[in-house]
Amino acid sequence: MISLATLAAMPILVPLATACVCSSLRDVRLATIVSRIGASAWLACNTALLVFAARGEIATIRFGNWAPPAAIEFRIDRLGALMLFVAAALFAISLLYPASRGRKEEEPSTQALLHGLMAGIGGAFSTADLFNLYVWFEVLLIGALGLVVRRGRPAELEAGFKYLALNLFGTLLLLISVAGLYGLTGQLGFRSIGAALAPLGADPLTKAYVALLFVALLVKAGSFPFYFWLPVTYPMLPPATQALFAGLMTKVGAYALLRVVGEIYAGGAADLLVGLGWIAAATMVLGVLGAAYHYDTRRILAFHSVSQIGYILLAISLGTRAGFAAAMFFVIHHIVVKANLFLVGGLMEQFGGSFDLRKTGGLHSSAPIIAVLFAISASALVGIPPLSGFWAKMLVVRESFVLGHGFFAVLALGVGGLTLFSMAKVWIEAFWRPHPADEDAPKSPPAPRALVACGALALVAVLLGVVPGPLVAYLDAAVAGMGHEGPK
Amino acid sequence: MIAGALAITVGVTAAVGLALAMSRDLVRAVIGLVVLGSAANLFVFAAGRIDQAAPPLVPAGSESVAVLVANPVPQALVLTAIVIGFAIASFAIALVLRIQETTGASDSLALRWAEPTPRDGGDPGELT
Repeated sequence: MISLATLAAMPILVPLATACVCSSLRDVRLATIVSRIGASAWLACNTALLVFAARGEIATIRFGNWAPPAAIEFRIDRLGALMLFVAAALFAISLLYPASRGRKEEEPSTQALLHGLMAGIGGAFSTADLFNLYVWFEVLLIGALGLVVRRGRPAELEAGFKYLALNLFGTLLLLISVAGLYGLTGQLGFRSIGAALAPLGADPLTKAYVALLFVALLVKAGSFPFYFWLPVTYPMLPPATQALFAGLMTKVGAYALLRVVGEIYAGGAADLLVGLGWIAAATMVLGVLGAAYHYDTRRILAFHSVSQIGYILLAISLGTRAGFAAAMFFVIHHIVVKANLFLVGGLMEQFGGSFDLRKTGGLHSSAPIIAVLFAISASALVGIPPLSGFWAKMLVVRESFVLGHGFFAVLALGVGGLTLFSMAKVWIEAFWRPHPADEDAPKSPPAPRALVACGALALVAVLLGVVPGPLVAYLDAAVAGMGHEGPK
Repeated sequence: MIAGALAITVGVTAAVGLALAMSRDLVRAVIGLVVLGSAANLFVFAAGRIDQAAPPLVPAGSESVAVLVANPVPQALVLTAIVIGFAIASFAIALVLRIQETTGASDSLALRWAEPTPRDGGDPGELT
């Protein structure tokens, strides 16, 4: 039986070990098997962490057994454990989905990169140390870059460059703000920085460094005005990887931002949060307008990712415990729903012959099962009851009204209307309208594994909608545990 | 005195890095980001204060340092940041060379494969 401290290191050890083994293998089939074993082990460890966290036991490890100021600490509380579990579950589901139609495109290195990416994500959700967070963002960046440029076609190289340039800029800002906060407080742990900053109050230099930290994390979260890497990168990936990126990449940024607002600079960030609210509003509106404009399913969904990040940022900017809980509910809802939309989008292309809505059609009769899966996820994204999106949006909008931010609340509802328009466009063009080409393209039925993956995610979206109570209660307890009680 | 000189160095390096990073030329942009990274590294180093030069070594048989020593934490941080920055820089340069090799493009405005140019009449273009 391993100790809780050892378990706390597993979110990075398991994917790193799997990545090492996969990168040394030359056989695709063997690498896939190792990858699945690694993903299952990761899911098992993260589930165990979730069980402990739900009982209020916080898994903590200080690497090298150093004393607090010098120690790099992993501290997996309710919030971190939930994100780790969701990430591992989504990863397992995405591995279930067929990676590509031809085996030829696959290489053993893909599996290593996927696990490298997961190590970065696992580290970012586990760590309680600001500099360590920067390191995991870099690990995540390298893994993601490898996946984007893997096939080496011009569009992918281009997307890789744009992704690299903006995100590298973001991590440099992160590094500078971490150093600045270290210079002010002499601390690197989230909660110990928080305790040291509390008496400083509204010191302008502190505020400047925290603002820089905000900007760095907003780049990572894909918010206005830094979202340009996102709609370029996502369409270049195969559907299974798209689901992972759409589910997790921007959420790491949003989660880290929540840590900053809730633990590092709790109470001192009122002015910054006003700015964050307006950035959130711009992100919501511009994202959904981009989605309404485009005709490529992948780009539409990528722009919706930007728009939905706006809701999450709006909830964080409210600055209350209820706002944080709403943000986390929205994060979980969006991971499930957006990942599923990208997976279903892959099936739509397989059946309709194209990602471009103008070149596809008639799917509601030729592939009714895909229509059902799409309808569930799209309705959940729009926020139609009784699906997960309804509660996610209701929590955010209600808390905005409660705090007197009526304008933001009305804006959020309006963006919901535009989301409905955009999803209706996809539905009409791809499902209702007959296929523009007369010839019947040979169609193989969707792989059962793909249907299981999409069905599982759709089921979660329905379950979260029908019984949101347990998740809401868990999140209320999770955000209540945040704050800077000071180092132990 | 030395702190002021270091502050000016960080500022100038960051300015040079930003100016290059905003260039349309791909190679210049990458070099700019690398230079900006160096400015960030210097800043990390300076954040730990630079008024002590004695190495932070604990004498044999003792539990703590005897005299005032340099702060070891930023040194460890900056070493990590340099290694990461070096890896990313190598990747970025390889990526840019690969882009030039396969497409011949060296101007970032020429990169329009993943983001097709919109056509007339509100048509967003088509992604291949």
